[in-house]
Amino acid sequence: MLGLKSFHTPRQWAMFAAAGCTMLALPLLNQVAPGLVPDRMVPLVGKFLCFALLALAMDLVWGYTGVLSLGHAVFFALGGYAMGMYLMRAIGNEGVYRSELPDFMVFLDWKELPWYWRGFDNFAFAMSMALIVPALLALIFGFFAFRSRIKGVYFSIITQALTYALMLLMFRNETGFGGNNGMTDFKRLLGFSIADQGTKRGLYIATVIALLGSYLLCRYIVTSKLGRVLLALRDAENRVMFSGYEPLGYKLFVWTTSAALCGLAGALYVPQVGIINPSELAPANSIEIAIWVAVGGRATLVGGAFGALIVNGTKSWLTAAYPELWLYALGTIFIAVTLFLPQGIVGLFARKAKADPPQPEPEIIEALTADEKVPSQA
Amino acid sequence: MAERYLSCIGRLIRVGLTWCLFFGLALPAAADGRELGALIGVLSSSDRAQAGAAVEALALRPEPEALTALTALRDGLLLMAADGSVLVQRTDGLYDAVSGKRVEPAPKADVIVMNNTLRRQVGPAIAALSVRSPDHGVRLSAAVALSKSLDEKLVPTVRAALGAEHDPEIKRLLSQAVAQADITSSDPKLRLAAVEAMGESGDVAYKASLAALTARDSSGNYGERDTTIREAAESALSRIERKELFTRIVRDLFYGLSLGSVLLLAALGLAVTFGLMRVINMAHGEMLMLGAYSTYIAQRLFESYLPAAMELYMLLAIPLAFIVCMAVGMVLERTVIRFLYGRPLETLLATWGISLLLIQTVRLIFGAQNVTVANPSWLSGGYELLPGVVLPYNRIATILFVGMVVAFVNWILKRTPLGLQVRAITQNRGMAACMGIPTARVDMLTFGVGSGIAGLGGVALSQIGNVGPELGQLYIVDSFLVVVVGGVGKIAGSVVAAVGLGTINKVLEPFAGAVLGKIFLLVFVVLFIQRRPQGLFALKGRSAES
Repeated sequence: MLGLKSFHTPRQWAMFAAAGCTMLALPLLNQVAPGLVPDRMVPLVGKFLCFALLALAMDLVWGYTGVLSLGHAVFFALGGYAMGMYLMRAIGNEGVYRSELPDFMVFLDWKELPWYWRGFDNFAFAMSMALIVPALLALIFGFFAFRSRIKGVYFSIITQALTYALMLLMFRNETGFGGNNGMTDFKRLLGFSIADQGTKRGLYIATVIALLGSYLLCRYIVTSKLGRVLLALRDAENRVMFSGYEPLGYKLFVWTTSAALCGLAGALYVPQVGIINPSELAPANSIEIAIWVAVGGRATLVGGAFGALIVNGTKSWLTAAYPELWLYALGTIFIAVTLFLPQGIVGLFARKAKADPPQPEPEIIEALTADEKVPSQA
Repeated sequence: MAERYLSCIGRLIRVGLTWCLFFGLALPAAADGRELGALIGVLSSSDRAQAGAAVEALALRPEPEALTALTALRDGLLLMAADGSVLVQRTDGLYDAVSGKRVEPAPKADVIVMNNTLRRQVGPAIAALSVRSPDHGVRLSAAVALSKSLDEKLVPTVRAALGAEHDPEIKRLLSQAVAQADITSSDPKLRLAAVEAMGESGDVAYKASLAALTARDSSGNYGERDTTIREAAESALSRIERKELFTRIVRDLFYGLSLGSVLLLAALGLAVTFGLMRVINMAHGEMLMLGAYSTYIAQRLFESYLPAAMELYMLLAIPLAFIVCMAVGMVLERTVIRFLYGRPLETLLATWGISLLLIQTVRLIFGAQNVTVANPSWLSGGYELLPGVVLPYNRIATILFVGMVVAFVNWILKRTPLGLQVRAITQNRGMAACMGIPTARVDMLTFGVGSGIAGLGGVALSQIGNVGPELGQLYIVDSFLVVVVGGVGKIAGSVVAAVGLGTINKVLEPFAGAVLGKIFLLVFVVLFIQRRPQGLFALKGRSAES
């Protein structure tokens, strides 16, 4: 571990625990003091936490490896669709048509489940698919892309094309994923009613656990020796190659891991918002993920998650209060962050804490805790 | 009874009595023995079946009055007077349908109403009559109608007309018409001639009847027993299929070229801003959108101030779009993009932000709905290159327009001082600056020109698609693909890539459908970039690494 960043200092551990407790306090408050934290807050913040997980995954590939993906919405949506398929199967014959088949299939006059729907009535299978399918797609796509050393904007453009292609595919009814309307009207998750506030709280807690766990995983990756190689690849890929490293394996590993985390985020997202449809795959969504990370601060892990919470909190508030202003705000954020805040908000704090430059994290975790109040006030 | 008469007269005509028919030299013994006057009188009968029989009888009559009466009936100009006489209404008054004399003073008369059965009979009857008309144009249009569908009962008439016809085009059409009837004839010779005529025509419509001859039924018998005819049918079939394939290739090539020209229009501006300056301009699509909205503004200005010259609003739209987009581009370059040179990923994000601002601004000014940009009338319609292949004028104009824009870009880059400076900066920025080239000013102008060219693309796109705030988003992915496949920094590469991608897309479409075709195309591009990461026209040497 010589010369590597330590995993966490005791102070950082304390901050980590504090952040976790703050996040977990929300459903508890909802239970004991519904006046303070209304019911709709729980899935709303839960949704933001899914985005934070997504941003974490994005930061892993963009911030640490220098690979800007404009296709992370693909992996997110694939995870979401896997969960959606399970939820559709869990409806049983309580759909509008009282059929064993999902409603949209009855509507399309399909007589039996397509082969790729098999097994999705099993929760464990569906959950593993939510991780495996995005990871597999990332592995194949990444293998071809990284092998021929496609990098920088070329990679970004190709991933955007991938998103676009998948969106077109999902819009079709023949694909068998509900077409334009996607999947919705879910009833039950593991036997619990989706509409039940208790289930929502449970999902929220699961999201927090997934986020914290993923953060530790990412933290482990970036503080390991492998993380050092990733940073080196980001800053000078040719030199790394001349030093005898083969970038393909490193990049593939981090790219695939990131995709699986996105799948996890998607799987947690769908039951909380109650719908998955191809609009999740719009190229704009993928670019927005990048801006969350840019706002929070790249290569900090916490920054990405933090940025996702800020941007989405603002979005929720603005689209309700001043709908026509939201795109202006988002556009301005894009421009302002790239021009004036290249290190993101975390960078801002880190600059203040110059006295202790190698460890900017404590302030970040404070910031994350503080952020929890932003949506609550909305 | 009537049928025997019909076939009888058919044979008579075939042995050469046609000329008599032609000049109306009275064949009193026509199919229906009744007088012409009587037949025309029956048209007004309230019994539609009788009227129908009269129509069919009239179709075989040589007198020109028969055609006049039937045409009038079809056009709703045939009237029945109170005394039972049948009249034809012309612009200048009423004429007796039988004698052709003007009836004065005009009596009270009611229009003879047709029902659908009658209407179906009147069309072919008129065609059969006009096919004998001395007027070449009338005969031709009748032959075209008959070759599409021929009433069985008219076969003898048409066959007779065929024997008398001298014009090769009409002859060809008529023999096709007859062939449709003859293909089921019991006479092998007629069948053979029919098969050959069908092969000659190369018309897809005959495929089914030819295929019926060559196919086996469930008990293994061919539809056609005669081997010679079957072989002729097979060769006719393959002839039709060859022609069909040819038509399809021509059509796919044209539509591919057309789609390619659209892609190229969308991508050309980007070929300058991304290709030469390496600026990842995600707001490029919005430049297209601004160009399209400039066209809309030009159209509205002409509507309000120069309605007489509406057809010419393009003359304003083209410079307006160029200037508006160039100005917007230069402002963007000065205020945002110049701070981000050398940081492509940041540029991508910032320009995406710009695109959001532009979209929202346009939405607030013009509304979220699409606006209507009308094609000038000289751009509507199309040119029929082959049967079944219509080249719309606006597509042809797009292809010509993109050619002009490419020439314009080429002229700027190769023939103007700005172009020289741009190329110098592209090759070696530091050296160019040392030689006294004002790089910052050139950057601004280049970005402006690239944006202006995107605006020109927007003018053309407004003519072939919807104009709305999200217009640019449709083209942004495609534009980048074109520039990436074409190779950065090469206009020629973009041209080849755009036309190539357009053609591949159009060729794939019939097999895979529009969406899958597009997906295949994207997969193809990804695989292509595997092979040639630098694009089709890669820069050689050291500059390739940068």
